Amino acid sequence: MTILKYHQMLINKEISALELTNLYYDHIEKNDEQIGAYITLCKEQAMNMANRAQEKINNQQATYLTGIPMAIKDNICTKDIKTTCGSKILENFIPPYNATVVEKLNSQEAIILGKVNLDEFAMGGSTENSYFHKTTNPYDNTKVPGGSSGGSAACVASDMAVYALGSDTGGSIRQPAAFCGIVGLKPTYGTISRNGLVAFASSLDQIGPLTKTVEDAGLVLNGIAGIDKFDSTSSNSGISDYTVNMKNDVKNKKLALPKNYLASGLAPDVKQSILQAIKVYEKMGVTVEEVDLQFTDYAIAAYYIISSAEASSNLARYDGVKYGYRSENFNNLLELYKNSRSEGFGEEVKRRIMLGTYVLSSGYYDAYYKKALQVRTLIKGEFDKLFETYDGIIGPTAPTTAYGIGEKTDDPLEMYLGDIYTVSVNIAGLPAISIPCGFDSQKLPIGLQLIGKAFDETTLLQLAYAYEQEVAK
Amino acid sequence: MKVTKETVNYVANLSRLTFTDEEAEKMAGQMDHILRYMEQLNKLDTTDVTPMEHVKPISNVFRDDLVVPSYDRSELLKNAPNQENGAFKVPKIVE
Repeated sequence: MTILKYHQMLINKEISALELTNLYYDHIEKNDEQIGAYITLCKEQAMNMANRAQEKINNQQATYLTGIPMAIKDNICTKDIKTTCGSKILENFIPPYNATVVEKLNSQEAIILGKVNLDEFAMGGSTENSYFHKTTNPYDNTKVPGGSSGGSAACVASDMAVYALGSDTGGSIRQPAAFCGIVGLKPTYGTISRNGLVAFASSLDQIGPLTKTVEDAGLVLNGIAGIDKFDSTSSNSGISDYTVNMKNDVKNKKLALPKNYLASGLAPDVKQSILQAIKVYEKMGVTVEEVDLQFTDYAIAAYYIISSAEASSNLARYDGVKYGYRSENFNNLLELYKNSRSEGFGEEVKRRIMLGTYVLSSGYYDAYYKKALQVRTLIKGEFDKLFETYDGIIGPTAPTTAYGIGEKTDDPLEMYLGDIYTVSVNIAGLPAISIPCGFDSQKLPIGLQLIGKAFDETTLLQLAYAYEQEVAK
Repeated sequence: MKVTKETVNYVANLSRLTFTDEEAEKMAGQMDHILRYMEQLNKLDTTDVTPMEHVKPISNVFRDDLVVPSYDRSELLKNAPNQENGAFKVPKIVE
């Protein structure tokens, strides 16, 4: 069930906010043992909020998000509710403040059911890097849900939340959405405040919704977007309703298909589905043209240099002093730092800190970090040029469908290469959406990615909505 | 250049991390593998290309200098692993 349908039921008094909240906790009780999406449930706060939501509904002040039960990725700070980042180092961290997005949700009486699983500090593509537990794919419990917003995607796909918030630094909303057969939107950098999103790579991180439909993604974006004095990189897009053009005809729109997006390495079933989706667009009067996007071949290398460098700096704050895990084993301050961090961080996080420190260290800075920032300029320039001619870029979200749990954990580089279609979007700060476009021979969902022009989510949602409606016919 | 165990230990110190011998060996192999992959960037000529730290070309974002309530000290200390007399407690650093 969608936000839109529940909203209508709530305002028509066919269901109360409290009944709806209880219904979702029932779903969680039934399904989460198998799926493992949630880290923390906050039932008491949710019930209180449901009562407040009902008042708003009764007073005819409800927004689309009022009284709708949802989940939040556990790297977004919630006051008085544990926020772990999937890490031992923040296992008992209780934020003294709300992220701006949480304030916005609270002011609309959205029902936060709980906090959901992720790869530790959002570093990973399978949610296997969580300190707490694995999350399984609702379509096949031997497969990963994707990551790092794996808990967000799995709880929405199994209807243990109507929608969820995730964060996307290199594909962490879109890839799990694709693996779990739902919609995942990564907005333009700056659209949604990052205040209270625990920083991984500050120039790339962006919060976004994971929903069951394109329209729902637009409704959530409407509720949480906007400039914020607590995030100086947030922007005023001037758009109050991102769904305003959504239902307009897409005839005569132009999409670019980068040739290398369908090259080797792409699973045959995924390729087939994407080609099929292109035919659907063409049938609707959209022009799809092949283009060259040569620099994106270098995007993964640039991305892992930039994101690791920023992560090594951002994660320096975990020192075992102000908050978080402290080792019991130290004789002096240096040992306190080193042992707290070494015992508190997981393997992948340490690897990224090490890579980031290496590429920023004297002697390697120019060869790696500066080089990656130059390549970033080239990648962004290439996108900018394409958007002079095209309304969007079409391609797969991920090269494969969901893989087996444990299948890729031994080879970090192999895991990184799965981000091939998603990372360049973050490097260039663009918006992109993953929408379901069929299933492979194992009945696992496939995701179609559409990339849009910066701050043009309205066109992106329009293109996505048109496809979604056309294939539902 | 091959990443050695010595390099790993050097970078680990900068990162305020420690590794056992076995872990350092494994980390050296993995970092070497990943950094080699990253070296493909050298195929691109980036002479005269301006590095881009950030997609949003901002310099300073100013606001009025207003006095607003701050967080309560005890509230912030709640998450501290160790505290005393309203302060974070750490090992002695000055002899």
